[in-house]
Amino acid sequence: MKKFNELYHYFFQSTKGLILLAMSAIAVITAVWGTLSGPMIEWGVRDIVVNLTGMDLTSVERSGRIIMLYHVIAMIIVAIEVYMMTSIIPMRKHQQSTINATITVGWITAMVFGLTFGYFGHNYFYHGLFLVGQSLIFFAGILLAAAIYPWRREYLVTDNEYAHTKNGYDMERIALFIMTAAMLISAGFGAVTGSFWSNGHETFLAEDLIREPGKTALQKSIIGHLHIMLTLIAVSITLIVGRWMDWKGKLHKVGMPLMIIGIIVISSGVWSVVWTHMAHTFIYVGSVFVMLSALLLVIYAWGKLIRDRIAEQGIENPTFFQKFAALLHDPIKFGPFWQMVFMNFTVSGVGIFMAIKLDEIFRVWPAREERVTLTGHWHILAAIVATIIIMYYVDISGIKGKARKWFGWTLIIGSDLAFAAATIFSMKRLFVTEYYEQPLVNMTMLATDFGLGAILIIVGGLLGWRLIDLFKKDGALWEQEAKDPELDINPTAEMTQEGRDKIRAQMEREGL
Amino acid sequence: MRLIKLLIPFMVLASFVFAKEEIEYVDSGVNPDLWITIPAGDFFYGQHEHVKTTVEYEIMATHVTNTQYAAFLNAAIEQKAVYVKNDTVWGFHPGDPFHEYLHEFEIPAGDYPLVPIKNPGLRLSYTNGQFASKKGYDNHPMVEVSWFGANAYAKFYGYRLPLEIEWEKAARGTGTRPFPWGDHIEKNRANFISSHNLFEKMFDDVVKTTPVGFYNGETHNGYQTLDNRSPYGLYDMAGNVKQWVGDDHKYVHYRYIRGGNYNSYELYLRVWVRDSAGPEHTSMSLGFRCARNPVVEMEAAPADSVKSE
Repeated sequence: MKKFNELYHYFFQSTKGLILLAMSAIAVITAVWGTLSGPMIEWGVRDIVVNLTGMDLTSVERSGRIIMLYHVIAMIIVAIEVYMMTSIIPMRKHQQSTINATITVGWITAMVFGLTFGYFGHNYFYHGLFLVGQSLIFFAGILLAAAIYPWRREYLVTDNEYAHTKNGYDMERIALFIMTAAMLISAGFGAVTGSFWSNGHETFLAEDLIREPGKTALQKSIIGHLHIMLTLIAVSITLIVGRWMDWKGKLHKVGMPLMIIGIIVISSGVWSVVWTHMAHTFIYVGSVFVMLSALLLVIYAWGKLIRDRIAEQGIENPTFFQKFAALLHDPIKFGPFWQMVFMNFTVSGVGIFMAIKLDEIFRVWPAREERVTLTGHWHILAAIVATIIIMYYVDISGIKGKARKWFGWTLIIGSDLAFAAATIFSMKRLFVTEYYEQPLVNMTMLATDFGLGAILIIVGGLLGWRLIDLFKKDGALWEQEAKDPELDINPTAEMTQEGRDKIRAQMEREGL
Repeated sequence: MRLIKLLIPFMVLASFVFAKEEIEYVDSGVNPDLWITIPAGDFFYGQHEHVKTTVEYEIMATHVTNTQYAAFLNAAIEQKAVYVKNDTVWGFHPGDPFHEYLHEFEIPAGDYPLVPIKNPGLRLSYTNGQFASKKGYDNHPMVEVSWFGANAYAKFYGYRLPLEIEWEKAARGTGTRPFPWGDHIEKNRANFISSHNLFEKMFDDVVKTTPVGFYNGETHNGYQTLDNRSPYGLYDMAGNVKQWVGDDHKYVHYRYIRGGNYNSYELYLRVWVRDSAGPEHTSMSLGFRCARNPVVEMEAAPADSVKSE
């Protein structure tokens, strides 16, 4: 019973345990639901899973099921980012625990009842509880926004190396706050549309609308919603790993204003898609700001990796190759920033290409080819965010030595191989005509399967190791993490003495 | 990009090694000249099952075959309805109404490409000014034909391409089934990505189309098929090759495509799923079938019933 209580405390009250719990949930969902599509159908695995679990895969309801599935996974990813944020952003302890508890109950409720509704029979009760779960996540977002509200004097920047306003307000905190607020508003775009379910609203996938000449406001709203939510999830992880690397100095001071402007412009642009044809222009401008900011982070992070490693080796005048070796020394810290660079080839570049060549693609490509490219590019962005989270988690878990290197490089090379191959596959019509496409299709599919397979194996190994650790009698990692539950972080600001005094006075007033 | 382009010659070479210009003829036993009458009335249209209505029309039981299309080209060239120039068959299209809408392309009256003769996916040969089906492909669906080419065929014989709504009713009948034959799909029910049909086994992976009406419940060369007819008796309304439909959509002018093909996953074979492309697009997985209005036979009025003024 004591161990059970300790495990409960670890999984539901410590940041590291909460992240592990959420990652495990995604892994289980991916393992089971991944058997329902692609080659798993041909191999007969889907039928076995369907028979074993009693899933209802009525053909006409597929769109609704897919919507449920990716909302469930997205909610858990959002929860992981929130756990990270409540750990790295200075806030009161009770705020952290309230936010984490709310969002944890939220994603578990949304997951259980969302998947039940989608795959095991329609029932208003299940759908209602799915909405309750989502509402709790939204409410946790409001609590988060309140907790990280940046214009408070108790969270003034304490070190001039970090970006701040003239009055000393923390610009990174402002960026995170605006990102959170934008995400809440953007969630509303989906919620308003989703709330029409059972009021005559018909489920649809955004990718099936790409060539509808006259899209309704609700349809545009959904298209905007999915794009901005994914963008903000990417922005969020960028800011989080920036803190992981203790981003500071001149690049931080330039990067943060760019990020803040970028978030505001890109969000406004995406929201405006409902009303104006100019939305793409706003999105391009906002993207430039956000991507420039991310570029500055990459420059900073790689510079820091090189400096730290060179200093560790005690080299006074390093050569180019020594610097390069230093950069690649730790794939777990090099990887997230490499993935941000790589993303430009497989996501941003593809998106910009599609937007610029839109008319040409309309005329030359069948809709299905365009659909594959579009869905490919946002799936890859989501997967890149996932790889960054995994790398951060490996660092949290304290994996060192050869295991760290093998894991890191397998994750980077495997994912990049898969994403590059999937990008080439999706844009194959640029390189090869249909008659000659089969060798290209075979090669890219093989590379994609190989890359993704490698990732699944190592992530499965990581989670298997953590599972075994739960049953260790002595020296278990989870016990250490339960004692030291927060992420190791370099804060841009700590609560000032003035802030502490204010809280103390408030607690005294409230008789606490 | 450069690396991909460098690899292309090798890919092309590999394709030539496996390419099959001639194959064994397999008779499915289904007559491609068969027409089916679809009665007037309501049916459930689309994923969300909106009730729509059609008048009575007739539609081909199968795709137009290579033999049928070759016969059309030879007759149309002779009558100067179409012509060959720069390795392409051309024909006249009167144009689409233009509204200067955002991203709208103008399709003015003029000559448009019907069939790219040199395209290796085409299963027709062109020698001495005559088109013919390549050996063994006689009863396979005509592919590598643009919407203009499909439309020209239909017009030449006094037919038309089916409207999207007509196509779906012919595929679905009056029920709510997702596939033309029912609620579930089996590997030997239609030619789609999971079917690994007889032709892929016989001719590696290159010949992917099957003869029209191949999936009719009969055994062909040892391959047991299931009947994939729609409630009205149309074959291959899901799988084999996709099909052009006739509608011109205001503001966009690309044409919708229905039915899924041999490379499609099962979800793309559902009766309401749409694809689309510009009307000049051709593909080795895209063909068509025709529709026509029923001939109304007016009964001659009895002489004594005619009243003079």
